[in-house]
Amino acid sequence: MLKRLSIAAMLSLGVATMAFADGERHGGTLVFTAPYGSSFATLDVQSSPNTQEEFITQAIHRALYSWDSINNKPVLELATSADVSEDGTTYTYHLRDNAVFHNGKPLTADDIIYSYKRIGNPKNAFPGASYIAIIKGADDYIAGKAQDISGLKKIDDHTLQVTYTGPINPGFSLMQNTTVIYPSNVADESTFGKNPIGLGAFAFKEYTPGSQVVVEKFDKYYEKGKPYLDRVKIVLMGEDSARDVAFRNKEIDVSILGPTQYQAYQGEDALKDHLLEVAEVYTRNIGFNPAFEPFKDKRVRQAINYAINTPLIVERLVKNKAYPASGWLPLSSPAFDKEKPAYAYDPEKAKALLAEAGYAKGFSFEVTASPNESWGVPIVEAVLPMLQKVGITVKPKPVESSALGDAVTSNNFQAFIWSNLSGPDPLQALRCYYSKTPQSACNYESFSNADFDKLYEAAQQERDPGKQNELLRQANNLIQDEAPVWFFNYNKAVMAYQPWIHGLVPNATELAIQPYDEIWIDDTAPDSRS
Amino acid sequence: MLRFTLRRVLQIVPTVIVVALLIFVIFSVVPGSFATSLLADGKRTADPQLIAHLNQEFGLDKPLTERFVKYVTDLARLDLGTSFRSRQPVLDLIGDRMWASLELALAAMAFAVVVGVPLGFLAALRPGSILDTTTMIGAVSGLSMPQFWLGLLMMYVFALHLNWLPSFGYGDGSFRNLILPAVTLGVTPLALLARTTRAGVLDVLNADFIRTAHSKGMSEAKVVRWHVMRNALVLIVTTVGLQFGSLIGQAVVIEKLFAWPGIGSLLVDSVAIRDIPAVQGTILVIVLWFLVINTLVDLIYAAIDPRIKQG
Repeated sequence: MLKRLSIAAMLSLGVATMAFADGERHGGTLVFTAPYGSSFATLDVQSSPNTQEEFITQAIHRALYSWDSINNKPVLELATSADVSEDGTTYTYHLRDNAVFHNGKPLTADDIIYSYKRIGNPKNAFPGASYIAIIKGADDYIAGKAQDISGLKKIDDHTLQVTYTGPINPGFSLMQNTTVIYPSNVADESTFGKNPIGLGAFAFKEYTPGSQVVVEKFDKYYEKGKPYLDRVKIVLMGEDSARDVAFRNKEIDVSILGPTQYQAYQGEDALKDHLLEVAEVYTRNIGFNPAFEPFKDKRVRQAINYAINTPLIVERLVKNKAYPASGWLPLSSPAFDKEKPAYAYDPEKAKALLAEAGYAKGFSFEVTASPNESWGVPIVEAVLPMLQKVGITVKPKPVESSALGDAVTSNNFQAFIWSNLSGPDPLQALRCYYSKTPQSACNYESFSNADFDKLYEAAQQERDPGKQNELLRQANNLIQDEAPVWFFNYNKAVMAYQPWIHGLVPNATELAIQPYDEIWIDDTAPDSRS
Repeated sequence: MLRFTLRRVLQIVPTVIVVALLIFVIFSVVPGSFATSLLADGKRTADPQLIAHLNQEFGLDKPLTERFVKYVTDLARLDLGTSFRSRQPVLDLIGDRMWASLELALAAMAFAVVVGVPLGFLAALRPGSILDTTTMIGAVSGLSMPQFWLGLLMMYVFALHLNWLPSFGYGDGSFRNLILPAVTLGVTPLALLARTTRAGVLDVLNADFIRTAHSKGMSEAKVVRWHVMRNALVLIVTTVGLQFGSLIGQAVVIEKLFAWPGIGSLLVDSVAIRDIPAVQGTILVIVLWFLVINTLVDLIYAAIDPRIKQG
């Protein structure tokens, strides 16, 4: 469960504070807007790879683990405790004995085994299969070579033993939207797409295709006294300007802001005190392909980092709705090194490095870019004159957003600009620079460095979290020095909320995903919410 | 009349076939696939196994010719396929949203006809008057105004400042929620109808048979009712038909702006994520809608003016 934000924790994260009234109040309707897409794809969230379905998940479903936004780590959700074997691969989960599905069925180990088998079923091709793959034997099951997942063993109704492929933290994989637990006693699986049944604080009420999902308080929810709200209406509104009008008109309770709105809201007295900000776990960057001759040389890649005035672009173009990046791992990562300075803006140093590398007269390259305002063509156009000053000519190669992934995973680029996942698990995030990770997986820059591999492998084996973070910190610093990308920024997500809303948290994995069971509405809310 | 009707209905078939083929070809050659488009927002890392699995599941690993044969065979059985995104039959997805789109198109057209035709008529009967000038200025403005901008303006005025109407959403089908999107969508056909009606009526008013009617001593009201209206109607019905047919396609922008749950929002999301069956199905339905409305218009004005079916 996402834990409610304390002011101290909020300050430590460097985010804006929000007012908390004393005494949570029960009742009311929350109108929650999600800024992604124009329609929900499905109510069967296990099958959905889309962000918009995560809003439904948050209300209706629960997974074995959940994300603790305050402590920035996954925590047990459906189990009260877990015993871990000495080698760190086998977990014995003691499941909650008070968790009940919305159809009345109590949670048992069978439900978890059923759900993981459904997610990994090769006939389904569900996106969550790659998360289930951390369980021993899941690979064979997913490939259709086994009837069961050998790493899943039911001890009794409320005890489940799971053997993983290595000494990893399974929480990162098993807290996902696509790994939620469904009841095992539903004969017709198509029901999940029409009438979802979960373990969450709210039960499904109605769905207007392409418009909204309404959920209502579930009285048998396992956390006593929760949820506070009677009802949540989740509405998709992809248009920023339309959302702005609806928010100002008090028709919706929260709104995720883009750069322009962020700047406008900061300048308005009525709005500026109700902004929640967080550094999300996405790193915007320009990735360099070492197959392109100039990018083989580390000095060229470093020169580009020195030649671009990153803070200026963040300030002027992104309207400060981002934090300038120093390395790959984001600010909220436990392996982020606060002492390591970012590349300074130094065109002279850039010219010197280029001359050393044999490119004193410069060169030109193409950047494959989507139209995205925060990490697309407009940013390439902004760096263009800066790189021109050191003799490098940049040509934007515009592609549609949905074609960007194709170009990058097929290694068909000289450089690309993108926003990439760099957390919350630092081990998983740095896997993208491990030489054994295929280019088409996430090693988009075909990074290969023996020193990095040693550090990464040592971190993989390390059981002590402190020591593991230290190894990952060193690995991250090495990436910064090697500069396989131009480190642009870490996204700053901003949510505007109405003054009567309480209990929102700075969720670094995705600010729009909020714990509906923790949210409450005070008595200043308009009648339509009461 | 029966032969004319049959001929017009049969003409729909080859048009639909050509459009279906075009849609298939276009979405087979554009870069990007469903599996890789899932990476577009940068919120997940690529998993080659999953990409291969999804391509296999949805038949995208098969040769183009094999996919084409399946597409045509399914289409012949009125099966629009299964959506990659929602894993539900495309026909069901369209069915779920069709009423909202129809409701919006009907309301927009009703607004355009009720306001546009009388305005055009009155402007033509008093050419050069203040009403005529105002109507034509309004019509030109209506035609040149981007719908997206007009929609935002309507939201600011009627929702935010006057607080008369909700700014977005379907609101359980409430009429109040329909007003702003319908009026926004209806402004362009309204402007076009006002201009067309004015031109059509002026044309008829200058015809010889009108002069003859006047010279026979027929009253102004009778001339307008018996001769002007009937003859101008062919042009008006054509314009109404063409506009009504294209409204569902035009509604894509309005639906997205007002978070209206029609097939427009389905199309936008499906294109973005390369959900090819949903895109093909939705476009096909929009095209079919246009063709059916136009055929109906042909039949209506063949009834109004018998000379047309001879041609």
